[in-house]
Amino acid sequence: MIKAPLPRWADVVLLPLLNVVLAFLIGGLIVLSVGQNPLRAVQVMLYGAFGYGTGLGYTLYYTTDFIFAGLAVSLAMQAGLFNIGAEGQAYISGLGVIFIALAFNGLHWAFMFPLMIVAAALFGAAWAFIPGYLQAKRGSHIVITTILFNFIAISIMSYLIARVLKPAGLTSDESAPIDAASRVLQLKTFIPFFKTAPVNITFFLAVAALFGFYWLIWRTKFGFAVRALGFNPTAANYAGISNQKMIMIVMALSGALVAMVAVNNVGGVQGRLIMNFVGGAGYVGIAVAFMGKGHPVGVALAALLFGMLYQGGSELAFSMPGITREMIITIQALVILFTGAMGDMLRNPVARLFALASPPVAEKR
Amino acid sequence: MDFTDIINILAQTVRLSVPLIFACLAGLYSERAGIVDIGLEGKLLASAFAAAAVAAVTGSPWLGLLAGIGGALLFSAVHGLASINFKGNQTISGVALNFLAAGLTAYLGTSWFKRGGFTPQLSSGQRFGPIQLPYAAEMREVPIIGPIYSGLISGHSLLTYLAFLVVPLTAWVLFRTRFGLRLRAVGENPKAIDTAGISVTLLRYQALVITAVLVGIGGAYLSIAAGAGFNPNMAAGRGYIALAALIFAKWKPWPALLVCLMFGFLDSLQLRLQGIKFPFVGEIPVQAIQVLPYILTVILLAGFIGRAVAPKASGLPYTKER
Repeated sequence: MIKAPLPRWADVVLLPLLNVVLAFLIGGLIVLSVGQNPLRAVQVMLYGAFGYGTGLGYTLYYTTDFIFAGLAVSLAMQAGLFNIGAEGQAYISGLGVIFIALAFNGLHWAFMFPLMIVAAALFGAAWAFIPGYLQAKRGSHIVITTILFNFIAISIMSYLIARVLKPAGLTSDESAPIDAASRVLQLKTFIPFFKTAPVNITFFLAVAALFGFYWLIWRTKFGFAVRALGFNPTAANYAGISNQKMIMIVMALSGALVAMVAVNNVGGVQGRLIMNFVGGAGYVGIAVAFMGKGHPVGVALAALLFGMLYQGGSELAFSMPGITREMIITIQALVILFTGAMGDMLRNPVARLFALASPPVAEKR
Repeated sequence: MDFTDIINILAQTVRLSVPLIFACLAGLYSERAGIVDIGLEGKLLASAFAAAAVAAVTGSPWLGLLAGIGGALLFSAVHGLASINFKGNQTISGVALNFLAAGLTAYLGTSWFKRGGFTPQLSSGQRFGPIQLPYAAEMREVPIIGPIYSGLISGHSLLTYLAFLVVPLTAWVLFRTRFGLRLRAVGENPKAIDTAGISVTLLRYQALVITAVLVGIGGAYLSIAAGAGFNPNMAAGRGYIALAALIFAKWKPWPALLVCLMFGFLDSLQLRLQGIKFPFVGEIPVQAIQVLPYILTVILLAGFIGRAVAPKASGLPYTKER
């Protein structure tokens, strides 16, 4: 295959953008095919996501989840690993948050917040470490093991929530509540603009994580090792990097990153451990990572886009009953398909366009 | 637990293994041809939905079955396009297709039928019902052989019997025909196939078509033979378990049948054990039993019981040198 040279901006910005547009066009066609107006849907979504305080607050709350999930998948991706288990890792991390929160219930949130972060990270890292270990030492395919670990996590959590953590006298399956004073600080307490939205200071942690991610991957020795492993495992091995060790560390870190979804939801929004609090954020992370090409800037934009889709999507359900939230899973799938699996589909046509647009340059020898 | 109980558990085992057998053999064709198919789960789901939707609208299980296969073919076409023509990452394409199936079936299901993702309940004429083999009723009273014949062998749907026919057929195609030889070769060394003047692309697409037909039947079985309609997330991880079974069976048809039967047996046992109190242990929580097949799969994959070597070119797009 002829690898036509493309300007860097076309490779980094134009191609992914075209792929995302394509995904949304097809999504629009599907909406159209069941007799709904996709343009009106977009309008409703945009207003629902950005048009007023509560809506924007919800968008940022979802974005927080998706940044962490997207970074977690991106980190694994940089090392050439495909972590589909973010969903289960975040779910298990809820245990860490609730254990520490109930143990020190009533502690001021400023002390509780870091405790929750550490506890969640430990649980998420441990849960992600196992598939990492199995991949590194036993050679089992990480994609399949992480998927299976999602199923296992669901079973463990529904058992623990319904049988162990549920206080006597409660009818719904959930843990005891965390004291209001110990919950992660909500932005609405000092920015009244957000009204009832659940966005909390975990959002700032997410923004910090974006910068931290960039620094870690492109400015440290560890990051170099991660990228070397992803780019060429054999070469990494020759360079003296222990691939096995790296796989395990990267997976654990990936689990620790997505664990912050549990801090956001269990510690901040719900104030208790409930069934399925992750709500698919781990899976959205896959789409976010591919769309963002594993780079923090891309991840931030993609996470915001999906945050908008999620918040706007729930608005849609009210004003356009024909469009359900499942449509977003479809969009998510199309984004993964076009930016992840068929990312190079448009490369040759675009390269041809560029060749047409620019006058032929004499080849330098 | 008496003899009838055992027969019941075994009959249930057969019923639960059928979708696994179809999906596993489906995966066998594409993986032998060098295409990893994580998307089996999504294809099962899509074809279960297509089959139930068409069977509900037309009233014909046969049209439903065709629709199921059609749905799987459509998904296979996208997978082929991504992984053969555009040389994309096959794992990512498969994962995307799984999400696509989950999203589309739920979305189209709620839009079309307005029942929260469920398709209308199918009547017995709209699905593949149990078939009574000749003399099943008369044989029932004969000791030992009677219950085995009328309880275990007779009384399954057409698709169940088909599943058990596809296994020897696959073994024959794969190891006794020219097509099978080429299929195996293209998964091990596509360059050799190319050098011999045979189209790698065509062979791989042929494999994907067979995959789609088989997994399509498996999906249709879920919604219009075993069940009476589609419900959201009906595949429930069977596609992944089939994939694990395939690895454990080392990509061979007969071992695949055995592994699928074993998973079916575990599943049947877990249904049976729910709510039963054991001496000393007491009642085992439902979740602990439900999680068993997944844990077993992890253990199998970790290679604690034998090591599996995949077809050599599996997962690699083929690029002709210019």
